[in-house]
Amino acid sequence: MRECRVLEVLATGPMTTVQDLGRPGRGDLGVCRSGAADRGALRLANRLLANPEGAAALEVTLGGLKVRARGDLLVALAGAPSPATTTDAAGRTRGIGHQAVERLPDGATLRLGAPRRGLRTYVAVRGGLDVPEVLGSRATDIMAGLGPERPAPGSLLPVGPPPAGFPVVDLAPVLELHHGEPVLQILPGPRDDWFSEEALKTLCSEPYEVTTDSNRVGMRLSGPRLERVREGELPPEGMVPGALQVPPSGRPTLFLADHPVTGGYPVIAVVRTRDVDRAAQARPGQFIRFRLARA
Amino acid sequence: MNPAFRRCGDWALLVEVGGVGEVLALYDALAADPPRGVTDILPAARTLLVRFERPARHDTVESAVLKARPASGYRPVTGEVAIPVVYDGADLADVASLTGLSERAVVEAHTTTMWTVGFSGFAPGFGYLTGGDPRLNVPRRDESRVRVPAGSVALAAGFSAVYPRESPGGWQLIGRTDVTVWDVTADPPALLRPGMRVRFTEVRRA
Repeated sequence: MRECRVLEVLATGPMTTVQDLGRPGRGDLGVCRSGAADRGALRLANRLLANPEGAAALEVTLGGLKVRARGDLLVALAGAPSPATTTDAAGRTRGIGHQAVERLPDGATLRLGAPRRGLRTYVAVRGGLDVPEVLGSRATDIMAGLGPERPAPGSLLPVGPPPAGFPVVDLAPVLELHHGEPVLQILPGPRDDWFSEEALKTLCSEPYEVTTDSNRVGMRLSGPRLERVREGELPPEGMVPGALQVPPSGRPTLFLADHPVTGGYPVIAVVRTRDVDRAAQARPGQFIRFRLARA
Repeated sequence: MNPAFRRCGDWALLVEVGGVGEVLALYDALAADPPRGVTDILPAARTLLVRFERPARHDTVESAVLKARPASGYRPVTGEVAIPVVYDGADLADVASLTGLSERAVVEAHTTTMWTVGFSGFAPGFGYLTGGDPRLNVPRRDESRVRVPAGSVALAAGFSAVYPRESPGGWQLIGRTDVTVWDVTADPPALLRPGMRVRFTEVRRA
């Protein structure tokens, strides 16, 4: 095995960032946890490679990534299923599987097309991406501007030493993202009392469209207005991923990984943690639905 | 202190108390000995957001908060910094007319009272300073600026702040400082942390 293993970036598509599981515990300094928008997908890709679950990987938005291996690499894709191909140094191209352990030999390129469903695909490498940490994490927080340099054509991303363990399965038979409108479970509050009783019913009965005004910070949703019964400003208070914050327009914003640590608009309800990953895979133009979580 | 509890999703609890002083006292008590499973304690204007994971649950965190013994009365000083400021901000004249004070009196009001970092937000290292001269309570600007330089000293909604980095911003700018309030290579990276006392001093422009 070559001493120095590197992932060379040839193209990034609309947006590619380095992500891990983020930097928790610094909210009191105004630092958001950040990390993979679909945490479950990052964890899965790493587990397939026997990496620690929080090893740094690429988060690729709507495909378009092209990378070349320098040194023999093992990779795994998870999250939004992108059609992916590898081309070896001799020019032979083949398709590779989703949620599967795949070899990327020295000189081979990996190319991701636009995913059929979902938004964010994770490309993990055995050993993890060994870019410099910022505040104890390799996550890219686009809101705060924290994290490693954004990958760009020509970037050389060092790969860390392989972990002691070896992959135990070749692929994970995990359900793909389903067609249609994802249904996300919500828990009312913490400021549901700022809204009319109708508001929560409306939120749970009508579909909301993910607008193009969406990114890792949050998704602005379009749908029926959620009427407030209390006017005035809310003093700033802490926010969490999955919070449905309602500005004066009455249309909620669903916060994702790089949400502001504090906000001044009331949060009518919060999406269950396990459903935030699915929210992060909803594409602009797609409709999502909310349901009250069973207590 | 009679905290009210509001659930914030499945893994966080919003604890509501009376104001910044009580928030900080509770923050100190909880941060000194965080309950098992608690990952983040985030003070804000009237609330403390407690995020947790297994084995903690909403009810175990609630009882830990109720058992915490916040220091009553004036809280201990956890650090004090002096921030030298050149008071030549673009909104100094507006602040003077909004407050009915002269520009000189604004500077004096800003420098003679001790401020306390209540909480952080907006951006990493952006500390909301509380407890200043009540006459300096001015609204945000009608129009946000696209670019506010790092080190800008500003007022809005009863708070003062120092912009940690260049960013957009809607606060009223009254001056600037050379002091670095945010440095990712430092530990801790933020100069202004909840509970710290801050005194602004005037430096004449060079």
